[in-house]
Amino acid sequence: MYALQDVSKRFGTTQALHSLNLTLPTGRTTVLLGPSGCGKSTLVRLLNGLLHADTGQVLYAGKPLPTDAKALLSLRHRVGYALQGGGLFPHLTGEENVTLMAQHLRWSAARTRERRDVLVELTRFPAEALARYPAQLSGGQRQRVALMRALMLDPEVLLLDEPLGALDPLVRHELQADLRAIFARLRKTVVLVTHDLAEAGFLGDDIVLMREGRVVQQGSLVDLETRPADPFVTRFIQAQRLAPGNGASA
Amino acid sequence: MGLVLLLMFSLVLASCERASTTHGEPNVRVGSKKFTESVILGEMVTQLARSTGASVRHRRELGGTAVLWEALRRGELDVYPEYTGTLRQELLSGRKLPDDAALRVALAEEGLRMSAPLGFNNTYALGMKEAEAERLGIRTISDLRAHPELRFGFSNEFMERGDGWPALRDSYRLPQRDVRGLDHDLAYRGLDAGSVQVTDLYSTDAEIAAYGLRVLVDDVHHFPAYDAVLLYRADFESRAPEALAAILRLSGTLSEEKMVKLNARARLERVPEAQVASDFLAQSLGVSTVVRGEGLASRVWLRTREHLFLVGVSLLAALALAVPLGVLAARSPRLGQGVLGLAGVIQTIPSLALLVVMIPLLGIGSRPAIAALFLYSLLPIVRNTASGLTGIPLEVRESAEALGLPPLARLWRIDLPMASPSILAGIQTAAVINVGTATLGALVGAGGYGQPILTGIRLDDTRLILEGAIPAAVLALLVSGAFEAVGRVLVPKGLRLRAESESR
Repeated sequence: MYALQDVSKRFGTTQALHSLNLTLPTGRTTVLLGPSGCGKSTLVRLLNGLLHADTGQVLYAGKPLPTDAKALLSLRHRVGYALQGGGLFPHLTGEENVTLMAQHLRWSAARTRERRDVLVELTRFPAEALARYPAQLSGGQRQRVALMRALMLDPEVLLLDEPLGALDPLVRHELQADLRAIFARLRKTVVLVTHDLAEAGFLGDDIVLMREGRVVQQGSLVDLETRPADPFVTRFIQAQRLAPGNGASA
Repeated sequence: MGLVLLLMFSLVLASCERASTTHGEPNVRVGSKKFTESVILGEMVTQLARSTGASVRHRRELGGTAVLWEALRRGELDVYPEYTGTLRQELLSGRKLPDDAALRVALAEEGLRMSAPLGFNNTYALGMKEAEAERLGIRTISDLRAHPELRFGFSNEFMERGDGWPALRDSYRLPQRDVRGLDHDLAYRGLDAGSVQVTDLYSTDAEIAAYGLRVLVDDVHHFPAYDAVLLYRADFESRAPEALAAILRLSGTLSEEKMVKLNARARLERVPEAQVASDFLAQSLGVSTVVRGEGLASRVWLRTREHLFLVGVSLLAALALAVPLGVLAARSPRLGQGVLGLAGVIQTIPSLALLVVMIPLLGIGSRPAIAALFLYSLLPIVRNTASGLTGIPLEVRESAEALGLPPLARLWRIDLPMASPSILAGIQTAAVINVGTATLGALVGAGGYGQPILTGIRLDDTRLILEGAIPAAVLALLVSGAFEAVGRVLVPKGLRLRAESESR
């Protein structure tokens, strides 16, 4: 779905991404994994044009990402996006958050309702909470609303930036299971950013391990464990496996 | 930027001018300065003109000679009482006119005419407490030279004018250093309290007797004659000949003695100027006029309408410009600094100065007042709009962008609703400030609560001051409360919930 060719990005004096090449396969879940500051969030923002690469190009379905404003908007309709904490609009109810784009695109009420119902069922969101404002929702519920909002237009791609980052462990565990089921049902191209190895292994078909703006290794968790490309891979895995209270079985 | 401002002005002012004249254009427009004698003379002119059946509007207590002069020349007034000395020494001082005949010629060139003298000479004089003058042995202005320690307090106009303090100091070589400018009415009270020892007077002031003052002899004849006349437009004669003929009957009817008595009746006995004028006309000219006294409630209601009009129109106009400017300022920080800087500079211009500067552009009445209030409203609204927008959390802005909402829809559906509490607070601030500042509009003939305040200060009448000040304070509270209520309706519920949960 995506191919990145010699893409780099710099913020001021910080080189966020060094020139990298990467392919993200269609219909699979790719996890961008790495410690904070490794460039994984920068990378995901290049995929929907929130950021523009300094060098190289990002190909979407074989074509470079559009640069003109209008084409970029229509690309974003095909690429759902949710970030840590949900980024919900606090002045809109859960339902209004979810259906905002449908309203803007003047969908019929019936079509909007139908799609909303599908999403409520998919994300196992309590329907009666749709009328609540973000301030009245729990963290997990907010994340489910954010997911529904990202999926409203039935996009081809789903970008999730640390979607479970701010949740307590129990809610997080429950949502991880739900997300895996959702990904399996939708069979969309998913790019998920996390710093949590267990989460990456649990949700990802494919893991891209990053460090200081470079891709260290791309492959399955087993690949990373058994055929590390670099001593950092082993260190990163061991650090998380051995961390107290962080069960690898999750 | 400047162009946009001008455009806004003309649009708003065109509409408000129409609104203010819906009762039909009066065919005689009389003006008077903001001191009692001028108001009495203005009332006499008004009542005489009205006795011929003309519809007359009297704009009382306009804030200074320049305001009336400009308004007369622009054709916004037909007639107002003036003094030959003021015309020669101040308004036409560049012409060095030797006598009244030359003055008439100069006025004719401006399309103006001047009546024969009304009869009294209200010239400048210096005065001090009788007892103190006696103690120091001061009889003439020259005697002041021997007492350099005396504290002088002069009216602001006297400090500035060509024949005022600077010229007087030079012709008498006066050594005093402690010289302050203050309101003429306050100078008397300063004299009484001892904070001022010498002040300027008018030779027909009612207070000369009331405060026990000695008028110092102008022994080198520094002050020119200030014969009272009526100044009117040349075209007034053709438009309302009967009214003009009636008005001109005032010539030669008022001696200094009579004028001091009339002034004293109004100032010291608190008889309304209209009544003083009416009684004089009945006695001296045999013209009987009806003085319509309005009740307190109807006066306050009229002032309230005028005040709300000033505040409402200026605020709406400011809203239409300031919110878009605030959006621009939030989008581009550099432009924002420029806009906020400019609005800040406007805010520092003293309101009185701004009002007077507006007069050549916009005339007298509600227009200059609305323009000034409009300018003062810009800063709080622009600043709060910009800060409300820049305060939107990054993840919210990023989410809106990533959803694929076009910029205008983002502004309308996300940014403005989220910034609405801040924008509303800015409008509320501007509205409350406007209610207070609009009281100064009376100085340029805009009416409102400032009118009774102005009259009250002039007559030293606390009741009248309160008649303007209390409704103004109440209105400020009401306006503030109204915006709180508007906030409860307009600010999205989700934001209020958030504010509550954060304050807990």
